[in-house]
Parts: sequence; C-alpha cells; structure tokens
Amino acid sequence: MADLETHDFDVIVVGAGGAGLRAAIEAQAQGARTAVICKSLLGKAHTVMAEGGIAASMGNVWSEDNWQVHFRDTMRGGKMLNNWRMAQLHAQEAPDRVLELEEWGALFDRTKEGLISQRDFGGHRYARLAHVGDRTGLEMIRTLQQRAVSQGMAVFMECKVHKLILDEGRVAGALAYWRETGRFVLFRAKAVILATGGIGKAWQVTSNSWEYTGDGHSLALSTGADLIDMEFVQFHPTGMVWPPSVRGILVTESVRGDGGVLRNTDGKRFMFDYIPEVFAAETADSEAEADRWYEDHINNRRPPELLPRDEVARAINSEVKAGRGTEHGGVYLDIASRRSADFIRRRLPSMYHQFKELADVDITATPFEIGPTCHYVMGGVKVDADTAQSTIPGLYAAGEVAGGMHGSNRLGGNSLGDLLVFGRRAGLAAAEYAQGLGAAPQVADSEVDRLTAEALDPFNRTTGENPYSLQYELQDTMHKLVGIIRVRSELEEAIEKVGQLKERAKNVAVEGHRQFNPGWHLALDLESLLTVSEAVARCALLREESRGGHTRDDFPSTSGYWSKINNTIHRDSTGETTITQEPLPEMPDELKALFEEPAK
Amino acid sequence: MTDVSTDSPRSASKGPDMVNMQVWRGDASGGDFKLYEVEYREGEVVLDVIHRIQATQANDLGVRWNCKAGKCGSCSAEINGLPRLMCMTRMSTFEPGQDITVAPMKTFPVMKDLVTDVSFNYEMAKRIPAFQPKPKDADGKRRMAQRDVERSQEFRKCIECFMCQNVCHVIRDHDENKVHFAGPRFLMRIAELEMHPHDTGDRIPLAREELGLPYCNITKCCTEVCPEHIHITDNALIPMKERVVDRYFDPITRLGRAIRRKR
Amino acid sequence: MAVTTVQAGRGTRPAQNLRVDRWWLQPALTAAGLTAFVIYSTWSTFTPHDYFAGATVGRDYLSPFFSPCITNRCGAGTTWHLVNWWPFSAAILMLPFPLMFRGTCYYYRKAYYRSFWFSPPACAVPEPHGKYTGESRFPLLVQNLHRYALYLVIPFPIILLWEAWKGTHMITVSAAGSLVTSRGLGLGTLILFVNALLLLTYTLSCHSCRHLCGGHLNALSKGPTRYWLWKRVSFLNEHHMGLAWVSLVAVGLTDVYVRLVASGAIHDPRFF
Repeated sequence: MADLETHDFDVIVVGAGGAGLRAAIEAQAQGARTAVICKSLLGKAHTVMAEGGIAASMGNVWSEDNWQVHFRDTMRGGKMLNNWRMAQLHAQEAPDRVLELEEWGALFDRTKEGLISQRDFGGHRYARLAHVGDRTGLEMIRTLQQRAVSQGMAVFMECKVHKLILDEGRVAGALAYWRETGRFVLFRAKAVILATGGIGKAWQVTSNSWEYTGDGHSLALSTGADLIDMEFVQFHPTGMVWPPSVRGILVTESVRGDGGVLRNTDGKRFMFDYIPEVFAAETADSEAEADRWYEDHINNRRPPELLPRDEVARAINSEVKAGRGTEHGGVYLDIASRRSADFIRRRLPSMYHQFKELADVDITATPFEIGPTCHYVMGGVKVDADTAQSTIPGLYAAGEVAGGMHGSNRLGGNSLGDLLVFGRRAGLAAAEYAQGLGAAPQVADSEVDRLTAEALDPFNRTTGENPYSLQYELQDTMHKLVGIIRVRSELEEAIEKVGQLKERAKNVAVEGHRQFNPGWHLALDLESLLTVSEAVARCALLREESRGGHTRDDFPSTSGYWSKINNTIHRDSTGETTITQEPLPEMPDELKALFEEPAK
Repeated sequence: MTDVSTDSPRSASKGPDMVNMQVWRGDASGGDFKLYEVEYREGEVVLDVIHRIQATQANDLGVRWNCKAGKCGSCSAEINGLPRLMCMTRMSTFEPGQDITVAPMKTFPVMKDLVTDVSFNYEMAKRIPAFQPKPKDADGKRRMAQRDVERSQEFRKCIECFMCQNVCHVIRDHDENKVHFAGPRFLMRIAELEMHPHDTGDRIPLAREELGLPYCNITKCCTEVCPEHIHITDNALIPMKERVVDRYFDPITRLGRAIRRKR
Repeated sequence: MAVTTVQAGRGTRPAQNLRVDRWWLQPALTAAGLTAFVIYSTWSTFTPHDYFAGATVGRDYLSPFFSPCITNRCGAGTTWHLVNWWPFSAAILMLPFPLMFRGTCYYYRKAYYRSFWFSPPACAVPEPHGKYTGESRFPLLVQNLHRYALYLVIPFPIILLWEAWKGTHMITVSAAGSLVTSRGLGLGTLILFVNALLLLTYTLSCHSCRHLCGGHLNALSKGPTRYWLWKRVSFLNEHHMGLAWVSLVAVGLTDVYVRLVASGAIHDPRFF
C-alpha cells in the first residue's frame, strides 16, 4: 500500500468509447477534475465498429420527422419494454448531440442543401441516421477524442479498473492496474461513471472485440448496484463462423434477398422444413416457386430464406443441433452456385471485398459458413433516466453497459445516440454530485491490500487452470446453450456449467510476470465474463416468453405478465445473487397517446 | 446447381498446416526472435496464429489488438519486415515452408514483445490546435457542400494504426527528429483542419516551423503502408507543402491574396 | 506554444532490415532508368548535328531536346532567330528549364531520394545516414521553387505542339527541281505530336498545378470553374509517376527518331 501510485479526481470515467468520452467531456466542462481510464489505447474503443449512423430526428431529409416519431419507433422496436423516460430523452436530445459533434469537427455526409445527410434504417419511420459513409463510429470516436484532448483531459490508457471501492455505501474510488507494468494504481474519486460497453466476449461467435467482457456490469453488480433485463442480447442470425479471421462479422440480409440460400451439410435447402403456420400462406413451398420469386414477386411467394430473423435463426439452430451443421457450428449460405460472379460483385460490393480482403473467402466462388453471432446487450446497469445514476450513490452508467433504453431489442442507429445523450447526462450528474459532496469519501488501506492480493493470486499457483481454456469452455457453453434460441433444459444446463466454471476459475494459474501479460489479464476478466454469463442465463430461464432479443423455443409468444416486468439482478454483501421481478415504470398518458394513432 | 456437400467445405477439405513463426520476444532491456512451430488453417490471418501461440504455447505473449476487422488500428507490427496490421495479413499470402518474422514496430520503444510505447503519437496530437468553427448561418444551421468536406473526410478515415509514423524514415532512422517532426499522421491532421471549409484557424506556421513539414521528403512510404489506402502524400502532405510555398516562397500568390483582401 | 517533451527512445528491437522480398528491385530500376536518360541526353546535347530533319530528307522535324531553337545554329530548324552569339549546342539554352521542372518535381524527388540518396532506399529499410534534415534547409530548401519551374516550363509543350504542326510540312522536289512544300503526315509527325501531348499531360498533372488550379481553396464549391479544373488535374495527378516516365522515355525516343531520320539512317514513312 505504501508505494501505491495514487490519483485524486472528482469524477473518473471507466471506458473511452463514445459514452465514456462524452461523459468525461461534460464532467470536465462542469469544472469537475476528471479522468478517463481505458483498457486499450485512446481511440480504439468498440465504438469504431459502428457503421450505420446516429439516429436523430433533425428532419434534414424528412421535415415530418420529430422526437415523438423517433420515440415511438424506439419503443416499438424494444417491444415496449424500454424505460420510457430514457427513450424520450434520447429522442429529444439526439439532434443536439449530433450538431454538437459537428461543432467539434465531425464531418458528416451532406445533403444537397449542405445540411447533415440522414439515411434510412430498419425500424425507423423516416430517414434519420446521420452518417459518414459506413464509418460513423470512427468519426464519432475521433471527434470526441480530439475534443477531450483539446480540453487537456487526463487519460489513463491501457489501464484496467479491477474493482470499485465504496465508503459507507457511496463510491470512494477504484483500484486499477497498468496493463504495461502490471502495477496497481488507486484512483480516489467522488463519482465513477461506468462506460465499459457490452458482454459479447462471453460467446464464441461475436462481432464484439476482446474488450467486451462485461467489466462494467460485473463492477456494478459486485458493488451492490442492480442490473436489469440481462436476458436481452441481440444476435444476428447470419454471422460468419469460419474462417477464424472473419468469425463473428455480420453477413447482410441482402445476400439472401439477392438469391442466397441456406443449406445444411447434406446439401439440402432446409428452410422449407421450417415454414411456420402463420407464414405458410405467403411463403413458397417448393424450390421452383421460390426461385421464380426473384424475377416475379407477384405470381410467386417469397423464398423461406427471407422469413423473419428469429425464424431463420431457429431453423439454423435446429439444423446445427440435429448434427447437420458444419464442424464450426454453422450452415452454408450459398449464393455462388446461384448467381454469376459479376452479379454478386455488383450487388454486394462491400460484402465481397470485406471477405476477400480479410479472409480470402470468395463469396462468388464457394458457399460460406454462417451462424448466429452475438452483437449487442440491451440489458445492463439499472439507472435513473435523467441522471444515469445507478442504485449506488456516486456510481453512474452510460452507453451499452446501462440497461433500459432499448427494452428488449435495439433499433439500428439508436446505439450511437444513446452513447452521446446518456454520456453527457452521466457526466453532468456525476460532476454535480461530486461538487455537492462535502468531504471526500475515504478509501480504506485494508481494502486496497485485500484487493491487490486477490488479483495477484493467479501468480501464486504453479499448477492450475489455463485461463484461455476456461474462456473457451465458457464461450462454447454460452454459444450452444444460451444463444439466439433458448429452451429451459439448455438454460438449466448452462447455469450448472457456468457454476462449475466459476469454481474452476478460482484455481486459475498464469505463467510469466506481471508486465503486459495477457494471460493474467484474461484470468482477471474471467470473473466478469462468468458474472454476466450467469446473469444472462438465469434471467433467460425466468422470462417465460419470447420478446425482442430473447427467444424461447418453449414459450414462443409474448406474455401479458412479462410485458410489464423487468428482471432485476442484485448481489448482496455475502455474494448471493437474487433476481426479482419489478414492474416496468408507467408511461405518462400524453406519451401513451402517441401509440394510439396507427402506424403508417 | 452444385451439390454443396461434395465440393465445398473449405475447412474440412484440408487439415491444419504447420508454419514456423519467428516472433520477437523481449522488453525494453532487449530481446530476440523466438521460433514457434504452430498450426494454421486456410483463411487465417497472422493475428489468428499469434493468438494460437498465446493460447497454447506462450500465455504471456504481449500483443495489442481490439476489433480484429481492420477498423481500430491496434495490431500494427512488422511482418517479414513490412509494417502491416496483423488482422489484415492473410497467411495464404506467404510462401509455404518459409519462416515468417513478426516484430514490434521499430520506431517506438518496445514495452513487451509485440507491444510498443506509442505515446509519441498522443503527445504530438496534443500540439495541434483543435477545430475552430466559423459562426453558423443566420438561421442557426451549418451548411457545407459535400464536395467541400470530401477532402478532409478522406483523412478522417485514419484509424490511427501509426504505421505511417512507424515507417517514416525521418523518425524511424533518426530519433533526434522526434522532437520537431510530428509524422505523417499528424501533418495530415493539420491538412484536414486547414482544408475544412469552416475552420478559421491557421496552422501553417506551426506545420512549417514546429511540426516538421519540411522534413518530409515525400518518399511516400506512409502512403504505401496505409491500411485505409489514404493518399497521405499526394492529398495531404504535398498540398500542405504547396500552402507553405503560397505563404513563404511565392510572391505572386501573396500579391494575389493581398489584392483580393483589399477588394 | 509550449513544446511537449517527447521521449526519444529508440526501439530496443534490432535495427536490421527484415524485409525478405526484393525491395531493392524498384530503386535499382529507377536508378538505371534515370542514369540511362541522363547519359543519353548528355550525349545528345553535346552532339549538335542531325537533330533537325530538313529538306534533304524531305521533312521538317526538330528534336524536342533542341526545341525551341532560338539560335542561328539550327539552320532551317530554327524556331525563332533571337540569338546570334551562342557558341555552344542549342540544347544547352533550353534544356535547363525542363531539367529544373523535373528536378524539383514531387515524383522525381521521391525517385532520386530513394534510388540515389537511399533516404530511404525502400520502406522500412534503414537509411545509411547519420543525420537527416530533409528539405528544411539549403540546398534542398530550393525544392520549394518547383512552382516557378512550372511557370517557366508551361510554354514548352505548347511550342512542341506547334513544332509538331510544322512537322506536317512535307518537302518534295518538283520536276523542275525546285522544293515544293505540301501538307502531309509522316510517322515522325505523329511521334512529335504524341511526344508533345505526353509532355503537356505530364506538366498539367503536376502537384503544383493541381494546387494552383483549385487545391488552395478550402471551399471548392465557391469556385465552380476551379473545382472543375481541379477535378481534372487531380485525375491526371493520380498518374503523375506514370506520366513522368512515359513522357521521359517519349522525349528520348523522339530525339532518337529525329536523329535517325536526319542522318538518313532510316526513311520516314509518309501516310499521306
């Protein structure tokens, strides 16, 4: 403890993605002494992966657009399970947040009139996504990064927050370690903003980066803050599963729209076996009819490959589980044998180039292996909509790590807006809280000593579990049992397996020394991964319905009871985790009225 | 229509091959290449193989990476001597049977193994004054034509992999230039701001006098290694050099500017 | 502005060149190409005969190395008779301008910095100099004058076009024994035209030209004409390196061809 590097701040922000940087910029602008702590280098956060754009009803393309319409789209997309106030604030404030980025140097694509251009996206009634080609996330992160730098922000890069420290139930600081040296560093802070992103690394096939280990979810839970809605995880039915260089990368639905079909390892076009009763009337029941549809939409019914997302996912899932999937757990998406190379290159240029460049997979020449890929978690830290404060005083959460905003399913384009709107609100509220706090909370030396000793434990074992193997087994379990389609027996099996892995993780051993040691870092991240995996599996078991990102094979429809319920996860001081069913906050009448007019 | 089961499974058709990877291991005090014999499969990239070494043979192998899709610019290294993103370098591009060397970027001090201390870049970023917008239009909106933002948009594709900084001989081969040469990435950042249709700042004296634009001898290695295929030299550095000429070396354009200002 | 302290730490990694490809090939080819041209053009400059194919071979072709010829030393090939006292090869009067233009050209700078100065010889290959100041001080500071070289050299391709036009003069001997001039087209005329066009394209594709046309503007939409020009020059500029080489080879070959015709070594075919 004596030679421990120590820093004092009013507000520390954990994570330097869109939400973290926006929060830090705001907190500092309010006069709070602020620092950003991030696992990677500044500017590398997962936000850079966002392609579509920022949904904001600026009305540059459609003057009819306004926040009410955006709000309604968001709530409908989330199957009405969203925190209405968050959805409202998001829809109201997103335009200002986008314009603010422009004042900070962002260069969005323009309309003919010279205003910010807005594009269409699924689930949004009007074209409203402000964008820069297909790299909007990069533009956002770079703009925020440059803004933070110009404010002289203190940034602690490649520094991982290991545990939060409380004093009398309030936030007092955080213990972190430098990834480079492995040395510990203590941040004494009056307020902490979690902006750590998602949890995708708990699954084998994911579009998420290595950082998405659920750190913020786990830090919040272990501090006594509540999580909500952890069963809602967004999967995409067609992600690449092989080769490894592109595993998890999304394959756009237009591959199927342009003639791509799904086949199992027997070469059978299996979707015909999975046409549900409700879609039977509008879906082709023979290959001949389905193939005619591409040329003649009027006299033929749609191919079954174009059934809704969850039906396609369920079919793929069933084929793989019946042993007719590839060895990597996918099925074949075949457009190569059905369309000319020229046609494919013309219709799907970015798909073609991406896979050609990254993996030398020529989608015009061979079928490729696809399967469900994990993309986004809707659930997260339970926060107050206006302030982004968690249930612990001084602890805030913004962005993907916070729950409620997206309900059971997120609309494309709503994630970047979420980062900005609630990042700013968290920064504002945290600065105000910190400045209003009299004496700074105290960090007990004994607590720091205990936490550092615990973190170094893996070095003390000469034999033990390999962290990489444990992570692999966890990912395998989650992928097979808590994937896109869920069923009671598998969820129960998953909970048991995760429990066993938790026990084995206590005996993890690492080789080498503390300096930039990824094995050790992974050993510490395992705790977060296991925590969120357990939360997802347990919530998924409880919610006996299918809604948004949660699909139960044994409960295929929505339930009236669950339409009004948030699963709320709490861990008490003994480490016991309980999940309770809390009623959804009631929407005021004037907002309810928005849903009475029929959607056009 | 072909039968998928007979002619396609690209992964099952071929077992893993073995490859000799010469990976630089060490830290600030020194180090050397270490040989790893490791399997690889069709369609893998260098980063996949490095990860396999990490998971099976050297848990503590230091390597920086994030998105693994060529979008974040974290996994820069020198593969067979050339700066490349490990996630964008396919194993199939190498001659079978040849050793492949993977070394950390040379221009920056090694922290551990393939991880280098790139703080030089973050320090340089701080020295460039931020965007200084001119006032919005009278109706409170900001209007810019697409053709006016396109040049700067190209530079904003930069993913900050720092390979242009690494390959630039001005600092790669001459440490002493690190105090007065910002490198291609940050001279390009200045170009981006200078060409911004609504920026009111003036960073030309800074580029010339403090951040080393005249050190650039336009040998274009920055452009050659850019994974985003940004034309750093032709579209950013040379136009900046031309703007320096406008300001300091060309009385004719100076005269033109003076006349225009008076009008 | 306060100067931030920047760690000047050398990487601890060994400094050797780890490239295994044939990185030396390109600088070697560049060096060979440039050397060959310098040797040939020097020889040509100091071989001041047979650079004009005139009446004796029935043509009116002047080698581009000697064009425009402003001395009385070119005989009938003189473009403008301005100088009487020049005792040396006419090429020496004119070659410095294109030489200055190419010498300060952004592409040729890259080419010779790499292949002759080894600064650097190829990407990620160590350069063998202890110290490097680039173009920040004299003499390389002079590279900033590229724009003036452009101003000076712009008339040249236009004069060459005119010379090519003159090359349509086909000279024949009439039955009465007098010289008759008629319009026609020989292979040499075509060569002169192509050469002049290539030189014009190379000149227009110059980075300085691109800047002057519109690159200096921040709001290109405010100058539609300049934007139009800038777009075209930018397109040419993308091929600046190719144009630099093609036009260099063309000017050399044109000189060779004119000399071959002038010396009577070959007969210039006439198309009409």
